[in-house]
Amino acid sequence: MSATIALQPGALERHETPTTREPAWVKVLLIGIALTFFTVFLLFPLFAVFIEAFRKGWGTYLAALSSQDALAAIRLTLLTAAIAVPLNLVFGVAAAWSIAKFEFPGKRLLITLIDLPFSVSPVISGLIYVLLFGAQGWFGEWFAAHDIKILFAVPGIVLATVFVTFPFVARELIPLMEAQGSEEEEAAVVLGASGWQVFWHTTLPNIKWGLLYGVILCNARAMGEFGAVSVVSGHIRGMTNTMPLHVEILYNEYNYAAAFAVASLLALLAIVTLGLKTLVERQTRKQQTESLALENAS
Amino acid sequence: MAIRKRFSPLPGFGLSLGYTIFYLSVIVLIPLSAVGAKTIGMGWEAFWAAASNPRVVASYELSFGASLLAAAINVVFGLIFAWVLVRYRFPGKGLVDALVDLPFALPTAVAGIALATIYAENGPIGSLLKPHGIEVAYNPNGVLLALVFIGLPFVVRTVQPVLADLEKEVEEAAAGLGASRWQTFVKVILPHVTPALLTGFAMAFARAVGEYGSVIFIAGNVPMVSEITPLMIITKLEQYDYAGATAVASVMLIFSFILLLVINALQGWMQNRYSKGA
Amino acid sequence: MSIAIRNISKHFGAFHALDDVSIDIPSGELVALLGPSGCGKTTLLRIIAGLESADAGRILLEGDDASDRHVRDRNVGFVFQHYALFRHMTVFENVAFGLRVKPRKFRPSENEIRKRVTRLLDLVQLGWLADRYPSQLSGGQRQRIALARALAVEPKVLLLDEPFGALDAKVRKELRRWLRQLHDEIHVTSVFVTHDQEEALEVSDRIVVMNKGGVEQIGSPDQVYDHPATPFVASFLGSVNLFHGRVEDGHLHVGEHALAVGAGQLATEKAVGFVRPHEFDVLPANAPGSGLPGKILRVIAIGPLAQVELLRPDGELLEVAILRDTLSVLGLREGDEVSLRPRNIRVFQNDNERLAA
Repeated sequence: MSATIALQPGALERHETPTTREPAWVKVLLIGIALTFFTVFLLFPLFAVFIEAFRKGWGTYLAALSSQDALAAIRLTLLTAAIAVPLNLVFGVAAAWSIAKFEFPGKRLLITLIDLPFSVSPVISGLIYVLLFGAQGWFGEWFAAHDIKILFAVPGIVLATVFVTFPFVARELIPLMEAQGSEEEEAAVVLGASGWQVFWHTTLPNIKWGLLYGVILCNARAMGEFGAVSVVSGHIRGMTNTMPLHVEILYNEYNYAAAFAVASLLALLAIVTLGLKTLVERQTRKQQTESLALENAS
Repeated sequence: MAIRKRFSPLPGFGLSLGYTIFYLSVIVLIPLSAVGAKTIGMGWEAFWAAASNPRVVASYELSFGASLLAAAINVVFGLIFAWVLVRYRFPGKGLVDALVDLPFALPTAVAGIALATIYAENGPIGSLLKPHGIEVAYNPNGVLLALVFIGLPFVVRTVQPVLADLEKEVEEAAAGLGASRWQTFVKVILPHVTPALLTGFAMAFARAVGEYGSVIFIAGNVPMVSEITPLMIITKLEQYDYAGATAVASVMLIFSFILLLVINALQGWMQNRYSKGA
Repeated sequence: MSIAIRNISKHFGAFHALDDVSIDIPSGELVALLGPSGCGKTTLLRIIAGLESADAGRILLEGDDASDRHVRDRNVGFVFQHYALFRHMTVFENVAFGLRVKPRKFRPSENEIRKRVTRLLDLVQLGWLADRYPSQLSGGQRQRIALARALAVEPKVLLLDEPFGALDAKVRKELRRWLRQLHDEIHVTSVFVTHDQEEALEVSDRIVVMNKGGVEQIGSPDQVYDHPATPFVASFLGSVNLFHGRVEDGHLHVGEHALAVGAGQLATEKAVGFVRPHEFDVLPANAPGSGLPGKILRVIAIGPLAQVELLRPDGELLEVAILRDTLSVLGLREGDEVSLRPRNIRVFQNDNERLAA
């Protein structure tokens, strides 16, 4: 299961002919429904974030963002993503390489297990680390004895974030690399390339867009995760608050302008993510058309 | 544990698979097994007491009921979105196509406060609905609303490529055989996209049941009325009732795993259906 | 470099792809592995290259056991069926790849690489495409670039998997001749896999006919065509007409008719005779001497040849190819009764082996 969408291959639009066309009123009605739904459910909330953020003017906005706590939250969010994304990137490449390029028993099971974090409620994703590292947890005593704080501290936040963003890169790359097959890699091996050379010169150039796509989605989730992080953070201002947690605190304190100011940064992140995503999709489509030409040609 | 693989001239199998299994175990499998271990450790009676507490049961009813309803709503609107995006040209289409994924990309807490603000009774939409006796925020309606928001892309993005793949010739053939446009839709197009619709439904449902961030701000969180199950886990954790939290969590986990199997089966069905070139 | 294939077996699950296969390929020859799809020919080629492992048996290259040698160290060139060109590299970089990935000690200088790639591109007559990307090439051009890339590392053995499979008929014919000429120039031991008998007959020095994971016959194109060792070879190479009957006193008895097959043929109750379409003389029904009666159903003119469809007395169809001139000299037309005289008939004992027809 996915909390995300697979990279969309192929053009998603068709050219219609009179026989495959609906009456004009049906078309207008359907577009109308879609646009209304789109406006009310998607566009309004997005606009609302920015309107609320600037309701009290630029001064308040900038003040909210430059407060000590806000800056600390931004720093922690960036740090968390900077650790979680590379970890899951390396994992995703390793997993996709073993799964897509080799045949071995238990492969389907492995893919299902990799998807597991997506089907677990974010709250439970946090809970499991409480059970592991909490005072009565499996490793809690040992870490307490060595004076290492995991829970209600930065390591716990990072762990929970790694868990919820775990499958992103892998699940983009696995189907992509499976579809590409191994012929180019085999050709490189026959020509004498070493393992790294094979990966670097043949595999990586072919998966770079898919990889980027996975990283973008992984990063968006890492920076925006709320439920899991909320369980393990302990909400210590200036210490263990990420941006989404900071938004929650400000909101619950009825400090709406400040809450939405921080939220506007996260909304901006979402917009950039969607923009990049569209861009990457366009690139992949281009690449796909080319490789299709490569297969059909003579 | 030696895993026998088929011969391949490519290098790196042992390293990549070894690392995959190691990392998977450390990050996912061992932590998740803690829930199982803790549940078994507490004994049946303690588990049942925690998992069947009336307030918790009320939260199951709300979470599962609202999630089912939200997923059903998403099937209808998701199909319309996919249809419109694949078949029609209209101004702003590129924007719509890109922003359909907003619920994926927008942090849930942000979505939550935004929805709560808009639909609160003094908010821009809430204030319009209030005179008609419709209150959306801070009651179960709010839960439903947030879950519809969060689930929409699942249906759109599973159905969209399938709809785009449907060969035009098939529809032309149906028309040529005398079918009206509506008959073609019901007898040809709808069966084609059914597996995708079901998959999207199951995904939206599964996501909705576990959703937390976008819901709690608009739900009101009134005990027995508008508390969702994930919130019950948090509440119990805040009271240091780890056993109770774990019991509720394992109920949700079992449910999620069953759904995961269902979704895998559906996707298998989809692959079969669509790869044989229908 | 010579290749010796010794008792190679390979199975995938319950499927036996190769069953105790042994073949000797002398240095410098161009050999075709010919057979229907699923006969194991591509698997064998990949085993020679080291892209696949055998369950049993050895591969000797120039007399040395190479079975456990990694594909990198076998010094083979491999041309993939779909070419497997690196799509993000230019033609030049594709061909240069094998040189660039050599360990620093063995890597030629940039100048040397440039010279060698240019020479190879000239060899395949595509020097002017050096800066293009694979997606900008036609199928035939890609095929030749794939070949140049394989040759860049100066392999001792060249292996080609269905080298013309993905091309259309006209380009295929051109490239076939071109490959033959190229081989005559560079003389590197080459093995190619094909399911197209015409291709094998035209290009190769020697043909290995394979079926169901085994070798049916090894020989020159003339040998396998004119003297097929098994019913499978007879029916797989070119079209044939089958006659089921029994052999007695040097004759194959088909129903009430008898065809002379030579005294050397052992008597047997169940036999099959194979006659190729062009190995019949067609005479008017009342011509002297014994023959097989038939009725002309259809005459299809293909250039100077006429393909004649006849109905045999046992109700089966028969295909005969003769010169159109001959047909008109004899004055034969559709509907006429004729007498068929096989000039050449190969008889195999029919021990219920299924024949590919």
